Amino acid sequence: MSLLTLQRAFRAYLVDEPGHILHFLGPDGTAGLGVYHNAYRAQLVATLRDSFERTWAWLGDDRFDEAARAHSTLTPPSSWTLGDYGRGFSATLGALYPDDPEIAELAALDWALRRAFDGPDAAPVAAERLSEVDWDKAVIRLVPGVQLLSATTNAAAIWSAIAAGETPPAAEALAEPATIRVWRQEFAPKFATICGAERDAIEAALLGVTFAELCAALAIGEGVAQATETAGWILSEWLRDGLIVALEV
Amino acid sequence: MASTRIAAFQGFGLGLRIPHYQDYLSREVPVDFVEIISENFMVEGGRPLHTLDRIRERYAVAMHGVSMSIGSADGLRLDYLRRLKALADRVKPLWVSDHLCWTGIEGFNAHDLLPLPYTEEALDLVCANIAHAQDVLERPILMENASTYLSFAGDSLTEWEFLAEMCRRTGCYLLLDVNNIYVSGTNNGFDPLAYIAGVPTDRVRQIHLAGHSQGRTRLIDTHDQPVSDPVWALYEVACRRFGPAATMIERDDNIPALDELLDELAVARGLAEAAERVAA
Repeated sequence: MSLLTLQRAFRAYLVDEPGHILHFLGPDGTAGLGVYHNAYRAQLVATLRDSFERTWAWLGDDRFDEAARAHSTLTPPSSWTLGDYGRGFSATLGALYPDDPEIAELAALDWALRRAFDGPDAAPVAAERLSEVDWDKAVIRLVPGVQLLSATTNAAAIWSAIAAGETPPAAEALAEPATIRVWRQEFAPKFATICGAERDAIEAALLGVTFAELCAALAIGEGVAQATETAGWILSEWLRDGLIVALEV
Repeated sequence: MASTRIAAFQGFGLGLRIPHYQDYLSREVPVDFVEIISENFMVEGGRPLHTLDRIRERYAVAMHGVSMSIGSADGLRLDYLRRLKALADRVKPLWVSDHLCWTGIEGFNAHDLLPLPYTEEALDLVCANIAHAQDVLERPILMENASTYLSFAGDSLTEWEFLAEMCRRTGCYLLLDVNNIYVSGTNNGFDPLAYIAGVPTDRVRQIHLAGHSQGRTRLIDTHDQPVSDPVWALYEVACRRFGPAATMIERDDNIPALDELLDELAVARGLAEAAERVAA
């Protein structure tokens, strides 16, 4: 039998699908086979624990590991890097715990921060640069890898409390759905809960619209005077947080 | 392939691990090189690459990968090789190494060093994949013998015969893991001394040392213990046979203070120097 046939049988064994790997083994091979099976499962659980540290703390060992094993069954790893393996774990948790939405949101936040950690580098522009810009034509470029997460629960507060070593608050629904901005400032991944106007502005900036168009879009909901004030405030937030990497004309 | 030769280098190094980053950056650590896990730095940016750049300013670096999957029956992933090449261009390493194993096929990746059958078919496939990798990377690579926990009924070559022929056909070099020889020999019933005697003397450029643990039925390559006495004994034999080669201790779990590993590395240095004196 061919090498490809052997490797398909080995893969089937690792992911608990029917196969014929025993036909290929030498003397006393079954005991050794178990070492690979255990290592495969243990490594995936360990990887998810590492990538979803706050979610793990929130769920506890048993519930987290059970979810991790379920995820490995649903989603065997495919990327060349284990670093990608957490993609989709939040959705798995959402399906496993539909009545506890803070769990999936906590995982989404863990994952976004992990992605930001080793995402692309970019240097923020200096504040002085703003005075040189033709704001009617300027397009704001944000740091690559800035992410927006939808939140319906206090998962962000739970995350912060766990990270600070404090007792986390009980899970609760937010009065209004919110948006969490995730980015990296120098080497530190960060997140902040933002208002709807800023979320719209980030989405517009990521589409490459001009600052003038961005203000015009804000004005539809707020009127010109308020939109100008809001845009100025958003700009100052982005500048403070190191989100702006270029102002292009 | 731009270059076809890697010069022998008698140096002593350690695996670069996160708990020791500050040691390397804040003082002159007495190592001749450090070895990185390539995949940990095949990222877009952030602190890992920044730290690596600073380490590289002060130390020679060897790149050691775990995801090339040189034995995959469906070939290598070009996106992986291109990323690895980009990192090698940035780091300018002593060399690039990976394992004689496979990690996945057809879009599945086990992220484990899975065993290959030692057959002519596997040899042809591995040699073709090595040639592909060396072409993309524009350099000869080092292949490491992995720890194995089983053998296959269809094996027609010993592992060392496989390695020797692989080197002859592809011009690749070897990263000989002495602990893995001991672990695999114990698990699969071959003589580690026969293994070392069967490896070509002119292809070994690096030697790995590490600790292992006793599992229920197998020795497990855990990298969480000091190097064991039987492995030190094999290392002495390897030094006498292969002459100058870079030696490195791997420690990936239960990681002690750096000075403890440096003490262990001093043992390796002493054994290698003694072997050199005997040879002279």
